[in-house]
Amino acid sequence: MTLAPDHKPTFANLSLTDRLGKAMPVILVPILIVLGFVAIGAPSSWLTLTVSGLAMGMMIFIMASGLTLVFGLMDVINFGHGAFISVGAFVGVSVLIALGDWTGAASLLLNMAAILLAVVAAMAVTGALGWGFERVIVKPVYGAHLKQILVTVGGLIVIEQLIYVIWGPDEIFINRPEMLKGAVTFAGAAMEKYRLLAVGIGLVLFIAMRMVLRRTKIGLIVRAGVENGPMVEALGYRLRIVFVGVFIAGSALAGLGGVMWGLYQEVITAGMGEEMMVLVFIVAIIGGLGSVEGAFIGALLVGLLQNYVAFLEPKLALVSNIALMTTILMWRPQGMLPVVKAK
Amino acid sequence: MSEPILSLRGLHTDIAQYHILQGVDLEVPRGQVTMLLGRNGVGKTTTLKSIMGQWSAKSGQILYDGQDITRLPVSARARAGIGFVPEDMGIFRDLTVEENMVLGCTTGPLDPARKDWLLSAFPALGTFWHSEAGNLSGGQKQMLSIARAMVEERKLYLIDEPTKGLAPAIVSTMAQALRELKAQGASILLVEQNFSVARALGDSAAVMDDGRVIWTGEMAELAANKDLQERLMGLSMETH
Ligand SMILES: Nc1ncnc2c1ncn2[C@@H]1O[C@H](COP(=O)(O)OP(=O)(O)OP(=O)(O)O)[C@@H](O)[C@H]1O
Ligand SMILES: [Mg+2]
Repeated sequence: MTLAPDHKPTFANLSLTDRLGKAMPVILVPILIVLGFVAIGAPSSWLTLTVSGLAMGMMIFIMASGLTLVFGLMDVINFGHGAFISVGAFVGVSVLIALGDWTGAASLLLNMAAILLAVVAAMAVTGALGWGFERVIVKPVYGAHLKQILVTVGGLIVIEQLIYVIWGPDEIFINRPEMLKGAVTFAGAAMEKYRLLAVGIGLVLFIAMRMVLRRTKIGLIVRAGVENGPMVEALGYRLRIVFVGVFIAGSALAGLGGVMWGLYQEVITAGMGEEMMVLVFIVAIIGGLGSVEGAFIGALLVGLLQNYVAFLEPKLALVSNIALMTTILMWRPQGMLPVVKAK
Repeated sequence: MSEPILSLRGLHTDIAQYHILQGVDLEVPRGQVTMLLGRNGVGKTTTLKSIMGQWSAKSGQILYDGQDITRLPVSARARAGIGFVPEDMGIFRDLTVEENMVLGCTTGPLDPARKDWLLSAFPALGTFWHSEAGNLSGGQKQMLSIARAMVEERKLYLIDEPTKGLAPAIVSTMAQALRELKAQGASILLVEQNFSVARALGDSAAVMDDGRVIWTGEMAELAANKDLQERLMGLSMETH
């Protein structure tokens, strides 16, 4: 007796809507880009805005990826995540200012070395800060959402105040490294070099993260833990350790996002992380909480939409992302790539 | 006879404000299949979850392989050699069949010989090896849940209604796999409503009612005695 079905079933006979259902969110990004092209008309403006939207999306994704996994794994709502963005920016920018000779030199190598050092420093500090934050602030409130919101907002405020203490109350202006100033022109469209770099970094990070989540045992444990934590424990894995690791990595990524965002805006403030959190939460929610792929798509949609709308109808730029969130949640209340939770 | 692999002594477990287990005493001898029987809602699943640590016992003792594990965290119990097949199967739906199986291996990579054995027992898993587990049928999920627990050798298996909702042909395959598992020397605590499976597999039996074990003995003795079945479980198991 064999259990293999005689008819060799495949999943090819899924209906079109079923198959599109999974692919649809991925298709939304090109659809939005094409719609942008139609609405804007001028190809060069469209190309400039698209690069700028993708760059912004990548940076938001970097900030949101940790948040979405932290929620997915342990149901933890962390409003303090924004603090890591700000701290990362201040640490990174301090390093860049200290390395003024390198950033001012007309050498791409020295410029990139300075950025690399700034990023490493920012990620090390925010990773360590994340570790402490998890132990002191998050761990005591596992499983209690209201308390999580209250204490993590408290943590955010404390860290923001510490930034004032260490770096003073004023915003800090920062010039991009010499070779990353200005734009390259392609087909009549000006594309800022720094934005192209941001798109590249974001893409590499997303692919790396996907590889880790899909191809490594740790990644498997994280994905399984997002879906059904108790079962992961019952198989013998210590979910809490995995969670702490993800929390640290997510905080470090927020720090990286802070450095990148600071260089993008060319100014940093203690409140910048808090301001970004609105977009970060929108991205995590429309992507489907717990889904890194969803956050990636959501971030690109948010970045692109914001840039297109700011060009077409500046007054609507602020509400465009809220409208996007509302629309997507009406279509898929759990987000675009919902993680099916075991009850 | 050697000491049992598992003994529960006066185990009490609360779920929220409800006092569900009210002093469970139970022994699972080594290398045997012990059936845990009883009407719906008497606490069989709660007993397995308490052994695994998913519910923490309020009082009483869980002795496993000569060690008191009553206060150990869930993952430590698993690493001590307890395999768990929960009633809801605990399949990771977004992961492929292969990835589910890989997660069952906590000490190293998937052993090819073990994999071959499990795929010959459950060929459907091979057919869908690279498919998302969420796309499997209910019966196939059940097989995956069992196969995942068996993918590494464990000393004790807690298996909660593995044949629930399975077609008869598959039930016998499942029973055969459990028999092979036992032949390898594993000890099994099995919750099973299907009487022919229970009779065929069980060495001993424990019957629960209202959060307690009210009868223990040889499975053959219970199977042969309809009056006893009627008294313990409210109906003769033959009528299932
Ligand atoms: N999460 C829960 N919250 C509240 N009560 C629960 C919960 N889980 C189980 N119970 C209650 O505990 C009692 C025992 O449930 P349990 O699932 O252990 O029974 P069972 O013997 O496995 O039944 P079945 O044969 O139907 O699977 C039941 O009365 C049930 O209502
Ligand atoms: Mg049950």
